[in-house]
Amino acid sequence: MAVKQVNPTRMELTRLKKKLNTATRGHKLLKDKRDELMRRFLEMVRENRALRMKVEESLREANLNFVLAKTAMSDEAMKAALLAPKQEVYVSTSYRNVMSVDIPVFDTKTRTPDPNDIYSYGFAFTSADLDGAVKSLSDILPDLIKLAEIEKSCQLMADEIEKTRRRVNALEHVMIPETREQIRYITRKLDENERSTQTRLMKVKDMMLQQAHGY
Amino acid sequence: MSNRIAVVGDKESIYGFAALGLDPYVFDPSGDGFTMFKKLCQNESYSIIYVTEAAAAMLDKEIEKYRSAPSPAIILIPGVSGNTGEGLSAVRKSVEKAVGSDIFNE
Repeated sequence: MAVKQVNPTRMELTRLKKKLNTATRGHKLLKDKRDELMRRFLEMVRENRALRMKVEESLREANLNFVLAKTAMSDEAMKAALLAPKQEVYVSTSYRNVMSVDIPVFDTKTRTPDPNDIYSYGFAFTSADLDGAVKSLSDILPDLIKLAEIEKSCQLMADEIEKTRRRVNALEHVMIPETREQIRYITRKLDENERSTQTRLMKVKDMMLQQAHGY
Repeated sequence: MSNRIAVVGDKESIYGFAALGLDPYVFDPSGDGFTMFKKLCQNESYSIIYVTEAAAAMLDKEIEKYRSAPSPAIILIPGVSGNTGEGLSAVRKSVEKAVGSDIFNE
């Protein structure tokens, strides 16, 4: 591996040692974070799949009911019946923190508490199938909201896992080995300097003894 | 804060939701459907947007942008024309992104 140029000084060595320490600790923490995120993600994604299959199945049934209702009514009558809703759904979003990922929690409120307000039309001019269709759709709504919550959470967590994994890998395979290499380089250089000073001193001592005593 | 829920798709699929009090937006691919959807995503008053799979197939670029954004949550639902499996494949995409390969593949 190509070693980046570093100053072979004691100060640099201390700095690098500190850096290595931090990197190792960060690596361990991030690895733990990744593992825990993964565990939660897999749990949630399983729930997501199950819920989605359930919702898709019941939506299919609701759509069938609508098609059925449509056969008995004109297009205009259908539009007139549905497009002036009495009910309104509000959703308030709060966030829950799971391993540093803010996942949304949706809380729904309806404008009126009366569950019969989903029928925005007079019963005289519409087919009875429409009532059933609207009812079946309204029954799915809580599940649909829950699905939105879980699916969004899964997307956000997948994103965070990807980021964390990259960080872990960068630390493990680049940052830590590189710093280790630099530390080794400096240690060697310092040792070499030490040895050369030692030999120089011995040589000088020899020369001085020679001068003073003649041996 | 109180936000609304939007439903985007062909009109047969979404009128039912209108009765429940969700806001229906008819997606018109030949007209201004794309700009409408873009505006809808940027509109902060919608925190959940349901999109029918048929419409999503054409809007996937826009939808992709909001995958990692905290809001809005864009969720695919099957329309009257049937289930294309696009919704489940979105879940699969998340798994692939996180794990590296699709481990729930059957």
